[in-house]
Amino acid sequence: MRVVVVGCGKIGKTIVGSLLKEKHDVLCIDSNPSVITEMSNAYDVMTVCGNGISYEVLKEARVEKAELFISVTGSDEFNMLSCLAAKKMGAKQTVARIRNSEYNNESLGFMKESVGLSMAINPEKLTAEAIYNLLKLPSAIKVDTFTSRRFEIVELIVKNDSPISGLSLIELRKKTSVKFLIAVIQRGEEVFIPKGSDVVNVGDKICLVSASEDTHKVLTSLGFVGKESKDAIILGGSQTAVYLAEMLEKGHTSVKIIENNKARCEVLCETLPSGVDVIYGDGMSQDILMEEGVTTTDALIALTGSDQENILISFYAMSQKVPKVISKVNRNELSAISEKLGLDCIVSPKEIIADILVRYARAISATVGSKVETLYSLMDGKAEALEFVVMPDFKYTDIPLKTLKFKQGVLLAGIIRGSTPILPGGDDAITLGDKVIVIAKGQSFSNLTQIIEG
Amino acid sequence: MNLKMIFSTVGKVVLIEAVLLVLPLITALVYTEWLVALSFGITIAVALAVFGLSKLFFSPETPIIFSKEGLVIVALAWLIMSVIGTLPFVISGDIPNFIDALFETVSGFTTTGASILTNVEGLSHGCLFWRSFTHWIGGMGVLVFVMAVSSKNNDRSIHILRAEMPGPTVDKLVPRARDTAKILYLIYIVLTVVLTVMLLFGGMPFFDSLIHAFGTAGTGGFGIKNNSLASYNDYCQWVIAIFMLIFGINFNLFYLVIVGKVTSAIKSEELWLYLIIVILSAGVITVNLMVTINETFGTALRLSVFQVASIISTTGFSTTDFNLWPTLSKAVLFVLMFIGGCAGSTAGGFKMSRVLLLGKNIHREFKRVLHPRNTSVVKVDGKRVDEKTISGLMSYLAVYVVCLFVIFLLISFEPFDVETNLTAAVTCFNNVGPGLSAVGPASNFAGYSIFSKIVLTLAMLLGRLEIYPILLTLLPTTWVKK
Repeated sequence: MRVVVVGCGKIGKTIVGSLLKEKHDVLCIDSNPSVITEMSNAYDVMTVCGNGISYEVLKEARVEKAELFISVTGSDEFNMLSCLAAKKMGAKQTVARIRNSEYNNESLGFMKESVGLSMAINPEKLTAEAIYNLLKLPSAIKVDTFTSRRFEIVELIVKNDSPISGLSLIELRKKTSVKFLIAVIQRGEEVFIPKGSDVVNVGDKICLVSASEDTHKVLTSLGFVGKESKDAIILGGSQTAVYLAEMLEKGHTSVKIIENNKARCEVLCETLPSGVDVIYGDGMSQDILMEEGVTTTDALIALTGSDQENILISFYAMSQKVPKVISKVNRNELSAISEKLGLDCIVSPKEIIADILVRYARAISATVGSKVETLYSLMDGKAEALEFVVMPDFKYTDIPLKTLKFKQGVLLAGIIRGSTPILPGGDDAITLGDKVIVIAKGQSFSNLTQIIEG
Repeated sequence: MNLKMIFSTVGKVVLIEAVLLVLPLITALVYTEWLVALSFGITIAVALAVFGLSKLFFSPETPIIFSKEGLVIVALAWLIMSVIGTLPFVISGDIPNFIDALFETVSGFTTTGASILTNVEGLSHGCLFWRSFTHWIGGMGVLVFVMAVSSKNNDRSIHILRAEMPGPTVDKLVPRARDTAKILYLIYIVLTVVLTVMLLFGGMPFFDSLIHAFGTAGTGGFGIKNNSLASYNDYCQWVIAIFMLIFGINFNLFYLVIVGKVTSAIKSEELWLYLIIVILSAGVITVNLMVTINETFGTALRLSVFQVASIISTTGFSTTDFNLWPTLSKAVLFVLMFIGGCAGSTAGGFKMSRVLLLGKNIHREFKRVLHPRNTSVVKVDGKRVDEKTISGLMSYLAVYVVCLFVIFLLISFEPFDVETNLTAAVTCFNNVGPGLSAVGPASNFAGYSIFSKIVLTLAMLLGRLEIYPILLTLLPTTWVKK
């Protein structure tokens, strides 16, 4: 599929990398020649240097042949105009990054319609949502919800004192009556889909699937602390912080934002509900953190503009025994290093966006048969969770799963029938109209039939 | 440096060569040349063994390469490919001396067309086929071919493409490097087939048509007759002349025409410069031949167009011994040897686009001298050329001139006159083929010593790969860990 990406900044670059892994043909437009050179050196893409709204540049990029047009420059207005031009020239689907909160309200629907946008993405809002999900389940390092919110998939790290370490999956199953599934285990660099006899070790990163309403119960019974965060400190008053604070406030968590720009503090006070405390001060200062109760808070979220500051302050918070520390880190290499050093909860806005767009691109390109509804990358992209709708062309309906032969590295993790989530056993079968969640390691599918051997 | 990736890619090149060697093997079998067929068989076995070893010892952990690896891959691939390509000549005994055979093979792969054979007609059909087929392989580039047939996409393959494709910048036709390589080879194959068919129509035998189509497509210049193309009819000579000019044009323009962007293809400044130079040179030589040696207009036009096309596209076919032409005509041809064809074509030389850029930059410098505060940018086809490209071009010019002088000096131990040695250096370095005087179209390089042949062999490789890959691979700093 042909995809045109305008704007090759942090987010644009990540999107391009992910789309290439999906074997799409990618064409990048950027007005900065050195960015363009860098892109053509690092990726197998075609590049056009110029203004992404200009008719000539878009013509050169042959936008009329593009199935997907993504504009992710720093300016919302530019993105909208660029998408409008591309749409008029014949691009099938357009996606714009729109981050300004003044556009992200009722006016968004109107804008989307008048510009002909297929999707508007707001990295700040999506990041805030991801963090919010993590705060709901404090022991998780990543939480994803499938379309209908029936299933949740949670990534966890098995700590030293965890009661489940050393137990096999069969033994674990006996610990609770609630149904759950350990879908993927990452041990060191290796990622695998475990069998019933496999044992969970300390230091493993596990992926756990369960019905949404049961997640809390499962985590509690497995000894992962189930206490929800009741108060949180946010460092840095960015737009992400605003969205997050609003969500937390609605969920009755008390929020404190520490921001060291006086003017910004005043803006925050204006926009945020009065329940949110805005503190003017330097979040890097340990005195201020102590004063604001870092030792007693349930969660600390580092959202400043600097990766390094976020990482350092997170380590400090961990040393103060804050139960949940989340840091926003944009640079891949930094997040890899900090993860190795023990910082387990890292969100990266650009990865979140890239995930969403890859999923979207896949849904467009899968024109035949059962198509992918949602896609999540697990374990830093080493495995994937895909959601399919079972269409009439899927031949293996109503056959008990134990008689079906699945491909190596594929796990059927869940079935949603109507509104009931089912964690499938050998006697269950897939029926027409079901939504099916498949976990795959090291391969991608665009069609449900592909997961079955033969 | 990602050594494993380098050697595994070179291994793939050798595998491709083994596959391509099957064609001359078949030719030898068709002409019942059993010994020659055996020698190709042995060569294929050697190539497969080399590939097997590379597969055994070098499986890359990561496909990530940078421009350094790209340059080294290209240089090593060409060196080893040439050595393996030499084997059939040596084993079959057609060219018993290894250095002679290496010279001939490198001359083939680099599409030079300079030969050490005094009697081409004495060669076996299998070897004649292989000799000309190397032109065809080397013309578009073997790594481009590997890329086109490989199953995997590599994000960094642009570094290899850039190192092997001639010209100051490399433009992709489509987003994927692999698809770009496929399109280029498709255009290349179609044009070659069209040329073969047209030559067949002109009454040229099938084997001859194929050989000359290879020589023309790769802008190489190996023929199968001692007097090159002089013994074929006028029609065939015109067809080949026109196709030599076509293969000297940037292949991207053909792609633009195919996708219907004819206007932007016709507007290419490089194409116009190319055509103007061809028309001017052919005009001057035609008049010069008519006035000085009393040729008729028809003959003079045919001879001059053919020779201009042959030299500017760096092919090196000849229909007459232009060494006997008047000095002005020879001088024009000598200048054309330097210029060469367009970037992105199969031709060698300094490249038309560099000449164009150089001219524009000189124009800008003149303006700067006259108006010191003048600010201006260089534009080609309405687009601004990066200052880095221009400064890169300037240093390339310097390196180019230095290399040329060094080669010239190194072969000056020979007892030939300056004209011979100078044109020998120029013709090898620019991948043309024939020079003037004692290395003119009617003579060959057999008179040179082993040492000079080695120097000229390197010169041809330097010229084909545009200096940097070979030069940097020979520098120890490229290999030292720092």
